[in-house]
Amino acid sequence: MKKYVCDICGYTYDPQKGDPKNGISPGTAFEDLPEDWSCPICGASKESFSAK
Amino acid sequence: MATHKAIKISDSVYWVGAIDWNIRDFHGYLTKRGSSYNAYLLVADKITLIDTVKAPFIEEMFSRIASVVDPSRIDYIVSNHSEIDHSGALKETIARINPEKVFASKMGAATLPNLLDLNYPLVAVADGEELSLGNVNLKFMETRMLHWPDSMFSYFHKEKVLFSQDAFGMHLASSSLFADEIDPAILEYEAATYYANILLPYSPLVLKLLDKVAAAGMDMAVVAPDHGPVWRKNLPALLDNYKSWAKQEPAAKVIVIYDTMWGSTEAMAKAVAAGASAICPTKVLRLDVVHRSEVAYELLDSGALLVGSATLNNNILPRLADVLVYLKGLRPANKIGQSFGSFGWSGEAVKNIQTILLEMKVTLIGESISAKHRPDEETLKLCSLLGKTTAKSIKGE
Repeated sequence: MKKYVCDICGYTYDPQKGDPKNGISPGTAFEDLPEDWSCPICGASKESFSAK
Repeated sequence: MATHKAIKISDSVYWVGAIDWNIRDFHGYLTKRGSSYNAYLLVADKITLIDTVKAPFIEEMFSRIASVVDPSRIDYIVSNHSEIDHSGALKETIARINPEKVFASKMGAATLPNLLDLNYPLVAVADGEELSLGNVNLKFMETRMLHWPDSMFSYFHKEKVLFSQDAFGMHLASSSLFADEIDPAILEYEAATYYANILLPYSPLVLKLLDKVAAAGMDMAVVAPDHGPVWRKNLPALLDNYKSWAKQEPAAKVIVIYDTMWGSTEAMAKAVAAGASAICPTKVLRLDVVHRSEVAYELLDSGALLVGSATLNNNILPRLADVLVYLKGLRPANKIGQSFGSFGWSGEAVKNIQTILLEMKVTLIGESISAKHRPDEETLKLCSLLGKTTAKSIKGE
């Protein structure tokens, strides 16, 4: 599973870690994140992320 | 002769900013002591201006620059932060002095043309890049989302000056430029207020940045932010304050935030506060007289918020809605809380407050308390108990 980086603030989404604070369990691929998931740092939408 | 004078902050760096004595509303943040927009002139082989000022203050900046050098001699401009209070004068400054180059972070170079309607070839610099000013170098460090995507630091190694844009800043208009010339209690209050209202949402990044600064071996003699005083003493204490605010460790202080229609919710708030204040420091904040940015300041070192509202037209009172939307955006962490309030016939406010508290990731303690029309003795006892239980919980008792 690929890591994705927020083009706005540089936050890295690591699928191995997920985003537990926002209900995303470890092991969730970026592609499987809900469409309304947003960057936990700056709030940018999924479209603002690029594969690392 | 220049009306306004530059102030020397190191051998070759001058403060050439502007003082805004009169601003009180900074996009919704009550700036009761005014503010300043700091720009700095680095006199090297390539004379470099670091940041500018809010547009209406351009003459003050030019006057201060002219007290050191003819402004047309400026070779480079560096924009550490794109926000209008630091870039508002950039377009006109470029037009007047025709610099050789203008530098910004990658995100800044993408933002400024759009923000300022600026048709000028900005040079994007990378994180860690060093720019030669001829005899000396200036090093850049990206600080994305502290507090805009474009934000960066510039570090002048030779004289150990960190140009930190909004980090380590505060809204404080003062004729004394240096922090060590200003009452420490005022500095502590305004620095904390600034952190609470501007930087709090990015606290996890602040902790990472402090580590990055330490790892980069940035030895600092002077910290020169974009607002408020310049720091040349007690720098470790300044960094320690940032670290402690960013960690947001639960503190033994309760704040009671409320608005009232006819005094019933106020009676409940006072009972809640009486219960809490018997155990730990407690602040009572009634929202017709306390500004949202003051609430943010009080929340910074609190472990709990107890929130009250009467029900008006099936919802919470509008001043509380304002404050809760604002606090939610600031993303405070590690808080506990609960709601209380009076009502006439439907009583949605307490539930609606709980919903917002949960969205803020506040852990609810005990039960919310509602009172129809007026709180009776029994209800006031419950309110007092809520205050007491909450205070004991954050004290770990």
